[in-house]
Amino acid sequence: MANRSQIQARAAMMRVRFEAAGAQIVDPPLLQPADTLLDLYGEDIRARAYVTSDALRGEQMLRPDFTLPVVQMHMSEGAEPARYTYSGEVFRRQEHDPDRANEYIQVGYEVFDRVDPAGADAEVFSLIALQLRGLPLRAATGDIGILIAAVAGLQTTERRKAALMRHLWRPRRFRHLLDRFAGRAAGPETRDALLNAADPLAVGAPMIGKRRAAEIEARIEALREDRETAPISDSELAGLETLLNVRETMPFALEQLRDVAVDLPQITPALDRLEARIAALQARGVDVERLDFEASYGRTSMEYYDGFVFGFYAEGRPDLPPVATGGRYDALTRQLGGGAEIPAVGGVIRPDLMLSVEEAGQ
Amino acid sequence: MSLKLGVPSKGRLMDKTFSWFEKRGITLSRSGSDREYAGKVEGIDGVSLILLSAGEIPRELAAGRINLGVTGIDLVQEKLPRWEQQVEEIAQLGFGKADLIIATPACWVDVDTLDDLDAAAAAFRKTHGHRLRIATKYHRLVREFLANAGVADYTLVDSQGATEGTVMNETAEAIADITSTGETLRANHLKILSDGLILQSQATLWRSRVAKCSPEDKAVLAALLDRLS
Repeated sequence: MANRSQIQARAAMMRVRFEAAGAQIVDPPLLQPADTLLDLYGEDIRARAYVTSDALRGEQMLRPDFTLPVVQMHMSEGAEPARYTYSGEVFRRQEHDPDRANEYIQVGYEVFDRVDPAGADAEVFSLIALQLRGLPLRAATGDIGILIAAVAGLQTTERRKAALMRHLWRPRRFRHLLDRFAGRAAGPETRDALLNAADPLAVGAPMIGKRRAAEIEARIEALREDRETAPISDSELAGLETLLNVRETMPFALEQLRDVAVDLPQITPALDRLEARIAALQARGVDVERLDFEASYGRTSMEYYDGFVFGFYAEGRPDLPPVATGGRYDALTRQLGGGAEIPAVGGVIRPDLMLSVEEAGQ
Repeated sequence: MSLKLGVPSKGRLMDKTFSWFEKRGITLSRSGSDREYAGKVEGIDGVSLILLSAGEIPRELAAGRINLGVTGIDLVQEKLPRWEQQVEEIAQLGFGKADLIIATPACWVDVDTLDDLDAAAAAFRKTHGHRLRIATKYHRLVREFLANAGVADYTLVDSQGATEGTVMNETAEAIADITSTGETLRANHLKILSDGLILQSQATLWRSRVAKCSPEDKAVLAALLDRLS
């Protein structure tokens, strides 16, 4: 086992390399105001982050990652374009697996640049790959933006699209909604009686609570409208299913996705971006012929990523979390920007895991 | 040394636990006055009775300060992460039955399922600018249940008692609480979601997997379990 000072030395070395690549060092506080994190991630973050409080500032969280404070800092005072690097502890509650660390060091690199997103994606990926060079790691990549484009362009109501979009990162609920919108799964049995009732609210229960009668009526109206909506077509559904199952090396994945675009033409601009990214990665010397691409990659774990996503995994060590992860999070800058936004991409490396992979290899 | 048995210190739960053991030839009783939290065990040697709040029994089992304890399945699963590794279920005692459920106002005619709750939560957040609040004291169980079901846009608010009243008082929009007959829910104009059953609980006798056990204690434990089965 690597000790703390070895891990810190490795982290410092990597941060120097990121600095040499043009990044400015930032050092956000360990304690983050809880409300921003809660607003973005809801209850899920309480299961992952340590919460503490004081009477003056209210609830605070021990930073669960750097991305959020770095984005906040950039949106309030950053110049453009910008590159940042950092190194320090993050904290994650572990309630299921005592072998997983609840405190560890991350070294990161983030790029805010609106001129050349493909170039920025390739820059982040290749700089991280360079730091990890020589380790027995498998890289996986994906692109949430393709799925977002596929959903946004479905031939159905805005309401259905919004519902699917909201659950993009919850595959099971997404599947459930898709089945319902395709007419494959029925709603609850009582639904027809409710929607056919002349006065559905007349059930003899008093109106209580903050959710008012008008809101209930609005939802019933929405459900009535939805009942009259035609199901999502078989060809669109088949396209989505093929898309979600694409798992190939990058150039072949692109080829398969171009076939999917026959049924789902709305993904073509996102595929053009993927193609540009492949070219940019190649230009930086990444062997894209051997780089895996999974269209569903990053759907369960990385809620703020909305474009390119990637991770590096230790070969033969499924017990280890990824050694490095990253991705594009344009929407997050919009949510935190108060009207402003900027395309952004970044990634983090865990020096502790690097060292344990190195040790195992010796 | 003796084998330590933790039992709820008051009320029906204590009385029913005492009579459950009585039926198996073991007499538990409070020693001295009604206010004293020490107990007496007759009918078997080498067991001592410790009277505790039902809510503290999971923690005492997990810390190994008691060998055996009677408390609800709900409390064990809420308070002990990876509870299977810390305690072993010996017997369900057949009383203290209660369901941990999610309930919404009965006037929410458009909400029958978790699916509906999720949709209502999305609209609620848009309208009111904050997440739909669910009042509960079972934070871990409810959060895991809703995460599995893929419900989003809600937030849990802590409620240690009179949880059914929070909706009327507009400090929460829905609740997650235990109920046995549903009487209190109905009286507060609430209804249970059709797929809103999180857990079925009842009073249960648990063995601590971490409590130290001398060879004599082990023999007593074997004799006791034999009597109880």
